[in-house]
Amino acid sequence: MASLITCPHCGVRPKEEFTIRGDAGPMRPAPEAAFEVWDAYVHLRDNVRGVMAEHWQHSGGCRRWLVVERDTFTHDVHSVVDAAEFARAQAAKPARTTTASKAATAVKPGKAATAAPKPAKGRGKP
Amino acid sequence: MKYSAFSIFRQGLSGNKGWQPAWRQPEPKGHYDVIIVGGGGHGLAAAYYLAKNHGITNVAVLEKGYLGSGNVGRNTTIVRANYLLEGNEPFYSYSLKLWEGLEQELNFNAMMSQRGVINLYHSDGQRDAFARRGNAMRLAGEDAELLGREEVRALVPFLDFDNARFPVHGGLMQRRGGTARHDGVAWGYARGADSRGVDLIQNCEVTGIRREGGRAVGVETSRGFIDCTKLGLAAAGNSGRVAEMAGMRLPVESQVLQAFVSEGIKPFIDQVVTFGAALFYMSQSDKGGLVFGGSLDLYNSYAQRGNLATVESVMEAACAMVPAVSRVKVLRSWGGVMDMSMDGSPIIDRTPVDDLYLNCGWCYGGFKATPASGWCFAHLLATGETHELAKAFRLDRFTRGYQIDETGHGAQANLH
Repeated sequence: MASLITCPHCGVRPKEEFTIRGDAGPMRPAPEAAFEVWDAYVHLRDNVRGVMAEHWQHSGGCRRWLVVERDTFTHDVHSVVDAAEFARAQAAKPARTTTASKAATAVKPGKAATAAPKPAKGRGKP
Repeated sequence: MKYSAFSIFRQGLSGNKGWQPAWRQPEPKGHYDVIIVGGGGHGLAAAYYLAKNHGITNVAVLEKGYLGSGNVGRNTTIVRANYLLEGNEPFYSYSLKLWEGLEQELNFNAMMSQRGVINLYHSDGQRDAFARRGNAMRLAGEDAELLGREEVRALVPFLDFDNARFPVHGGLMQRRGGTARHDGVAWGYARGADSRGVDLIQNCEVTGIRREGGRAVGVETSRGFIDCTKLGLAAAGNSGRVAEMAGMRLPVESQVLQAFVSEGIKPFIDQVVTFGAALFYMSQSDKGGLVFGGSLDLYNSYAQRGNLATVESVMEAACAMVPAVSRVKVLRSWGGVMDMSMDGSPIIDRTPVDDLYLNCGWCYGGFKATPASGWCFAHLLATGETHELAKAFRLDRFTRGYQIDETGHGAQANLH
C-alpha cells in the first residue's frame, strides 16, 4: 500500500496515522427496516476484489472520517475524500453503480435468501 | 506405490529411478458426481474422505493454480484443539485425533510433532479465563493443563518473565498439540485421493457456476464446462468470489495475514508458545528456523502480501515475549488471504442453491481443521446432511442469532 496518504484536511501524511475500519458499502438501514435488511447490513459483504470504498479515520491527525478508494488486490489507493462529502455526493447521485449505493439499496430477492431459509417474520418492525 | 523403509532401500539399490509421480495429471471428464472447487487442504481432504468413507470416486478437485498453492502452503503449521465453545471444541478435538493417525492413514510423512502448545497468561483475569477454557476443553475430552510460572519457566526458560508491563504468570498447556508439515498434509491427501480414483485437475480456474431451476448443474472453467451432480466450494480466501458466481453474498471478508520465518538456529524453543499480551505465537521448525506470526493487517486484501507496519508490530511482540530473538535475522515473510467470517468460526453447510455446498470462513485457523473439515464436508456432500460434529457451523446461524463467537467481538470480521 502507498506509504503516504493525502488527507483532504491535513495534506500528505504517513499511512500509519490512519485507522482502517473497513467496507464503506453497507449503509445503516432505518431503525424500522425489515429484519432481512438489517441482517444483510450486519453480516453480508460484497468482499470486493478490486477497487473498494473504505472508511478510514485519520486517527493520528484531524480525526475526521474519510472514504478511501483502494484496490484490494494491488493495494493502490485511488482517492481520499471526507466521509461527509462522500455521503453528500452519494445522495446527490440518482443511485446505482458504486458499491456503496448497491449495498444501500439492500437486498435483492434472490440474495435475501442467502442465509435465511426461514427468517423470523415481523421482527425488526415497530 | 506404498512408501516404506523397504521401498526406500529397494529404490536406492536401483538408483532411485523407479519412483512414480505421487498423482496423475488427468484431463477433465465431461461429468463428475461431485466437483470440489479448491485444491487446498480442505478440498483435497474432502475428496479423500468422499472416496474412502463414502465410496464416491467419480470426483474432481479443480484448482486454479497448483495443489496446495494457497493457505495450506502458507500457514504456520500449528495443530491444536484449545477452543472454548461447545460448537467448536468437539470438532477440533476430533480433528486432532485424526491428525494423530494421519501419517499411517495416508502412508505419507506429514512430520506430525506433538510438541505441546502453551498459551501464556499475564494477569489474574487472564488466568481465570484460561482456567475456564482448560476446563471446557477437558469436558470435551481434550487434554489441558494450567501451568504456574515456575512450571512454564522449566519448559521455556528464555521468556521475559519479569517484564514490567506483562510479567508471565503461567500458561495453559495442551500437550497433544503441536505442528505438522503443511505441504506434506496437502500432498498426502492428494496422493490418497488420486489413488482412489479422484481426478485432481490443476491450472483449472472456475469462472462461472451454471444453475438450472435453482440447482447447481456444473461449472464453467478455463478448461471448458464440466457437468456435475453436486458441487462443493472450498475456496478459502476466494470463497466470496466463487459464491458470487452462484448469486450469493457471504458473511465473510478476505483479509491478509502475514507469517515469518527466521534463519536457522540451534534448538531453542521446544513447544508452540503464544503470547497473552498481544496476538503473537512462535515455534521452531525442524530446520531450525523460528516460525512466527501475529495479527491480521486489519484491512480487506486479496494480495497475499502485507504491510511493513504489521511486520514492525509482530517483531515488537517477538522481542517483548522472547528478548533473546532480537538479534536473530528474519529470513522470509509472506501473506495469505484469510476468509474471515463474521463470528470467527467456519461454515460447512448447504446453501440456498440446491446441490451447492459451502466450506469457508476458516479465518486464520483452517490448517488444524483440515482433517475434520474434509471429513465433515465429505459427509455433507455424500449424504446432504450436516455431520454431527459440524452441526453448529451453519450458514444461517448469523440470521438466526447462533453465532459461535470465541472472542466475543461481534460482527466485525477483522477482530476475530
